[in-house]
Amino acid sequence: MSAPSLDELFESARTGNRRTLGRLLTMVERQDDNAVMVSERAHRDAGQARVIGVTGAPGSGKSTITGRLAAVSGAARPAILAIDPSSPLTGGAILGDRIRMDNNVSSSTFIRSMATRGHAGGLAVAVPDAVRVLDAAGCDPVIVETVGVGQVEVTVAAAADTTVVVVTPGWGDAVQANKAGLLEVADIFVVNKADRPDARGARRDLELMLDLGHRGDWRAPIVLTTATEGEGIDDLWSEIERHTSYLHHSGELIRRRCRRRRSEVADRIELGLRDRALRIIDDQSGESAMVRVERHELSPAAAAEQLLATLIPDNPPEE
Amino acid sequence: MSETPGISPLSADDQGPLRVVLAKLGFDGHDRGLKVVARTLRDAGMEVIYLGLRQTTDSIVAACEQEDADVIGLSMHNAGHLTLAPRMVQAVEEAGLGVPVVIGGIVPAEDVTVLIEAGVAAVLGPGASTEEVVAAVRAAVAHQSPAR
Repeated sequence: MSAPSLDELFESARTGNRRTLGRLLTMVERQDDNAVMVSERAHRDAGQARVIGVTGAPGSGKSTITGRLAAVSGAARPAILAIDPSSPLTGGAILGDRIRMDNNVSSSTFIRSMATRGHAGGLAVAVPDAVRVLDAAGCDPVIVETVGVGQVEVTVAAAADTTVVVVTPGWGDAVQANKAGLLEVADIFVVNKADRPDARGARRDLELMLDLGHRGDWRAPIVLTTATEGEGIDDLWSEIERHTSYLHHSGELIRRRCRRRRSEVADRIELGLRDRALRIIDDQSGESAMVRVERHELSPAAAAEQLLATLIPDNPPEE
Repeated sequence: MSETPGISPLSADDQGPLRVVLAKLGFDGHDRGLKVVARTLRDAGMEVIYLGLRQTTDSIVAACEQEDADVIGLSMHNAGHLTLAPRMVQAVEEAGLGVPVVIGGIVPAEDVTVLIEAGVAAVLGPGASTEEVVAAVRAAVAHQSPAR
């Protein structure tokens, strides 16, 4: 029996074979030799799915909301990509988002947990690829959930058509809110755990902050939810649909997706350059710049300049 | 000849951290041990997909497929292991997953052989050290797919 071709794998994933889809995701997650081929093949069929990002502080209820959203979407094959941090010390991870989802989602929901695996740049490439694979496999919507701490995690969730930012009562006033850097990326705010005191206060803080100005002609609505009870989730889904139609009518969808593709190219170049640079740095032979830095003969700045010049010549080769 | 080059995606390969699905199967509320194991495996550099309480063989198989897991770890403290563990092994076989099942928890010595004969890869008791847990998981995966 010969190995299945990529076309066969994607065909199988499209018909709902969970195992094939799971394996395709592993290939792009590892960014191994197969990853480029898989990404390339997925690219052909992708672009159909609505991509929704859900982000917010740890413990704010993102996973519960995400699971509930998949359920109320009424979609035939929703997918969830749940991203959790790897331990910086051991590289291991505990991916626990499924416990908050399993009870609420139907068996047609495809859930994949993904660890950040240490390097931030890698996540910036692996996530768009995973979304592309899910999209090409016919999943829609694709909901990406990341913890909203750290530049890359926020950026990853914000690389969606619609970004939902989840806060909870008592998480801080409007100044804290601005500091977090989460707020600029929000298309929709959720105040979750709205059964707690001061949910209204949290909403008021957000309103005040939005009064100070927002991008374009979309003002982010604020939805109150109690996700564990399923309250407010229908409202949230309606707002997501309203935002989807805004994206279509305003032309913003095309602009966002263009921007996303451009930044993915930049991220990939950055990652590729980084890998090559690390290889050069590892070169310990003879009079390499690195060795001379160690001997205190060359300053780190000068060495970096030299190494960069080897990597990218100032005069690009002629066609 | 197909246009795209053939790749062998359904054979376990080589790189990346081991992915472990951890669950309590059936009606069994004692998850403290499982949480300790989750920490232990994470500290050994593995990625633990934690399903927690009240799982079924179906939900565990589905999670394994979606997560492309390398191994299943079940914690059993309700004396149901002779019924449930073989069912899990059977469900994995029926799904064609080729993923080993490791059991931890309270299993009387005389039942261990029965479980191993039923296809369970390893049984870890209350005295097992963290090193033994990690070694048993690694060995189970290596035995199932020598490539890793």
